Amino acid sequence: MQATHDHAAGHDHGHAHPTGIMRWITTTNHKDIGTMYLWFSFVMFLVGGVLALLLRTELFQPGMQVVEPEVFNQLTTMHGVIMVFGAIMPAFVGFANWMLPLQIGAPDMAFARMNNWSFWLLPPAAALLVISFFVPGGAAAGGWTLYPPLSIQMGPGMDLAIFALHILGASSIMGSINIVTTILNMRAPGMTLMKMPLFAWTWLITAYLLIAVMPVLAGAITMVLTDRHFDTHFFNAAGGGDPVLFQHIFWFFGHPEVYIMILPAFGIVSEIIPAFARKQLFGYTSMVYATASIAILSFIVWAHHMFTVGMPATAQLFFMFATMLIAVPTGVKVFNWVATMWRGSMTFETPMLFACGFIFVFTMGGFTGLILAITPIDIQLHDTYFVVAHFHYVLVAGSLFALFAGTYYWLPKWTGHMYDETLGKLHFWLSVIFFNVTFFVQHFLGLAGMPRRVPDYALQFADFNMISTIGAFGFGLTQLLFLYVVVKCIRGGAKAADCPWEGARGLEWTVPSPAPYHTFETPPVVR
Amino acid sequence: MSQTASTAPSYFIPQPSTWPIFGSFALLFMALGTTLWMNDVGEGKYVLIAGLCLLFYMMFGWFGTVVRESEGGLYSKRVDVSFRWSMSWFIFSEVMFFAAFFGALFYMRVISVPWLGDLDHKLLWPEFNAAWPVAGPGITERFETIPAFGLPAFNTLLLLTSGVTITLAHWALIANNRPAVVRWMVATIALGVVFLFVQGYEYTHAWRDLNLQLDMGAYGATFYMLTGFHGFHVTIGTIMLIVITVRCAKGHFTPTQHFGFEGVAWYWHFVDVVWLLLFIVVYAM
Repeated sequence: MQATHDHAAGHDHGHAHPTGIMRWITTTNHKDIGTMYLWFSFVMFLVGGVLALLLRTELFQPGMQVVEPEVFNQLTTMHGVIMVFGAIMPAFVGFANWMLPLQIGAPDMAFARMNNWSFWLLPPAAALLVISFFVPGGAAAGGWTLYPPLSIQMGPGMDLAIFALHILGASSIMGSINIVTTILNMRAPGMTLMKMPLFAWTWLITAYLLIAVMPVLAGAITMVLTDRHFDTHFFNAAGGGDPVLFQHIFWFFGHPEVYIMILPAFGIVSEIIPAFARKQLFGYTSMVYATASIAILSFIVWAHHMFTVGMPATAQLFFMFATMLIAVPTGVKVFNWVATMWRGSMTFETPMLFACGFIFVFTMGGFTGLILAITPIDIQLHDTYFVVAHFHYVLVAGSLFALFAGTYYWLPKWTGHMYDETLGKLHFWLSVIFFNVTFFVQHFLGLAGMPRRVPDYALQFADFNMISTIGAFGFGLTQLLFLYVVVKCIRGGAKAADCPWEGARGLEWTVPSPAPYHTFETPPVVR
Repeated sequence: MSQTASTAPSYFIPQPSTWPIFGSFALLFMALGTTLWMNDVGEGKYVLIAGLCLLFYMMFGWFGTVVRESEGGLYSKRVDVSFRWSMSWFIFSEVMFFAAFFGALFYMRVISVPWLGDLDHKLLWPEFNAAWPVAGPGITERFETIPAFGLPAFNTLLLLTSGVTITLAHWALIANNRPAVVRWMVATIALGVVFLFVQGYEYTHAWRDLNLQLDMGAYGATFYMLTGFHGFHVTIGTIMLIVITVRCAKGHFTPTQHFGFEGVAWYWHFVDVVWLLLFIVVYAM
C-alpha cells in the first residue's frame, strides 16, 4: 500500500537511504513498517483462509473425503493460530504504525529501529509455522489453545509452534511498548489525552493488555515445552500437576487476547461513524471509560472458557456474573455509535457500510457471547459449533470488518487515490452476505449438538454444513475482490484530496494525500 | 550523554539499520536448532550455537550503535522520557512472566496437590500424603529440600546488599565522583557473581545429594523453573552491570543524564524483588 514516496524531500541529515529490498529490510519509517505489517497480515489472512476452506471442503458432506483426520486437526489448529497471531493482530499493529503518529502529530514511533524488529520477527515465526507442516507428525494439532495432554504428546511440530509463539510474543511486546511510549510521550503540543482520537485511546489500552498477557502466554507454553522435553510435571497429575492448570494460565492470557483483537476495531469504528454521520462522536468520555472497563474486566473472566472442567459452583457463578458485566461497557459503546448516527447527515460509502455492518453483526456475536456466559447453557453448548459461530461473529464480522472499514477509510491517505467505490460496496455486500451464510447456520448446528474440531459428523447435520461450506467459498473468493480493489487503488484512480471525507476530523487529514514519507517533523499545535 | 543533549531535536529517528534482521535470523536459527536438538537430532546444537552467536553479534552491534548515538548527543530530554516509559513497561512484562510461574506454584500447592490427596483420590493413590513439599502421587522417589536459613538466606543478604551498593554508586554518580561510582559498581557486580556461584553450588548439591531434580513433580518443577529463570535474569543483570560499569569508567554519564545507568539499576532492583518473593514462597514457606 505504499505510495510513491518522495525520496528527495524532507530527509533527515541527507544520508543515502537504501533502495530496493534493503529499503524494506532496514527501514525505520513508521509508514514503511505499517505497510509491511498490513501486507504480511493480508498474506497470512489468505493462508489461514485457504486452511479454512480445506476444513470446509472436508465438512461439505458427511464422511471422510479430502483429508485424513490428523491432517484435519492440524488444519484446524493452524487456521486458528495463523488467523489470530498472523492476520488479525499484525493487521491492527499495521494500522497503529501507519495512523498513530499521524493522529497524534508525532514524526514517527518512539523507537523506530525496534519497530523494524517488531515487524521482522513475524516472518521467521511464520516460517516456523510453515515448516512445522513438513516435520514428522506434522503441524501442531491440539487446537490453537494447545491444551495438554494433547500438546504434550505431539511431535516436533508442537515445538516449532511453541517457538513461533514465543517469537510472535516478543514482537507483540516490543510493538506494544513502542505504542504506549509513542502515545504517552510523543503527542503534539495541545493534544491532551482526552483530545486524542479514539483509535489512539483504544490502542493505548490494547497495548497495555498485550504487555500484561503476552508474557503469561510465554510462561504457559514454556511449561508445555519443559513438560515435553525436560521431565517437569506442570500438567501431569502423577507429579502433582494438573492439565486444568494450563487452561487457567492460557485463558488468563486468552481472554484479554480476545479484547486485544476487538478494542482497536472499536477505535476504527469510532473514527468512521462520526465522519460519515457528520457529527461528533456521541459520548467520547464514556467511550474512553468503557474501553478501560472492558480491559480491566477482561482479567477476571477467564474461567468462562472452562465451565466444564469441574470448577466449584461458587467459581462458576463468579465468572458467569463477571462475564455478563462486560456487556455493560460494550453496550455503552454500541449505544454511543447508534446515538452518533441519530439525526446525522449520513452517507454510506464503503467504510461506513463496513462500520454499520460491524455494529449489526458484531452485536449479534456479543449476544451469543452473553448466552455462552450463562453457565448452565454453556455446559450444553461447550465445544459445539455454537461457540464456533459466536467467535467468528466477533472476530470476522467484528475485527475483520473493522479492518476492512479502516482500510477503505484510510486508503486515500495511504495511496493518494480514491478506491473504486462500486467495487468496494460490492465487496461489502458479498462479504456480509456470505459471512452470514457461512456462520449463521453454525448456530443451529451447535444447538443441535454438533461438536467443533471434528472431520466427520452425523447425517442430521448435513444440510447446514453444506450451506456453510458454500458460504465459506463465497466469502473466500470475495476477499480476492478486496485484493483487486486495493491493488487498483495503489496503481491509480481519482486523485484523493487531503481530506477526502467531508465529515472526517483529525490531524491525519491535514497532511497531503498520499502522506509524505516524513510528516510532522515540526509538531503541529492542537487547538 | 553530553552537554549537547539540550540542543538535540525533541525526537530521534535512527537511520535505516540492518541490526533487526540479524536478530530475526538469530531467533529463527535458535528456534530451529533447539527443536532439532530436543528431538534428538544432534546437529541441532550447532544451529542453536550459530543462532546464539548471531544474537550476541546483533546485541553487541545494536547496543554499540545506541551508545554512540547517545554519546553523539542525539538523545534529548524527550527521548530520555521515552526510555523511562519503555523500561518501566518492559519490567512490567517481566513481572507478568514471573507471575505465570508463581501462579503455577500457587495452583499446585493450594489446589491441585490437596485435591490429589483428598478422599476421592484415595481410591487411586491410597499411599499418597499431600503434605508440601511433595513430588506427586505417581512419583515414588523421595527428595529433600534446601533449608531456607542456610545458603538461600545468605543469598538474600547478598542481593539486598547489592541493592544498597548500586544505590551508593548512583549517589556517587550524582555527586560526580567517578572513582567511587566504579568502586561501588564493582562491589555490586561481585555480589551478583557470588550469588550466581552460590546458586550454582546449591543446584549441584540439590541435584546430586538431595535428589531434588527437575522431574520431582510439583516441587521440582516449580523450584527449578522459578529459581532458574531468576538466576537467568541475575546473569543478564550482571552482564548489564558490567557494561554500565565500563561506560561509567569511560565517563559516559553525567550527574544529570545517565538513564543507561538508571535503567540497569531498575532492572537490578526488579531481580532483587523477585528473589525476595522466591525466598519467601519457595524456600521459607
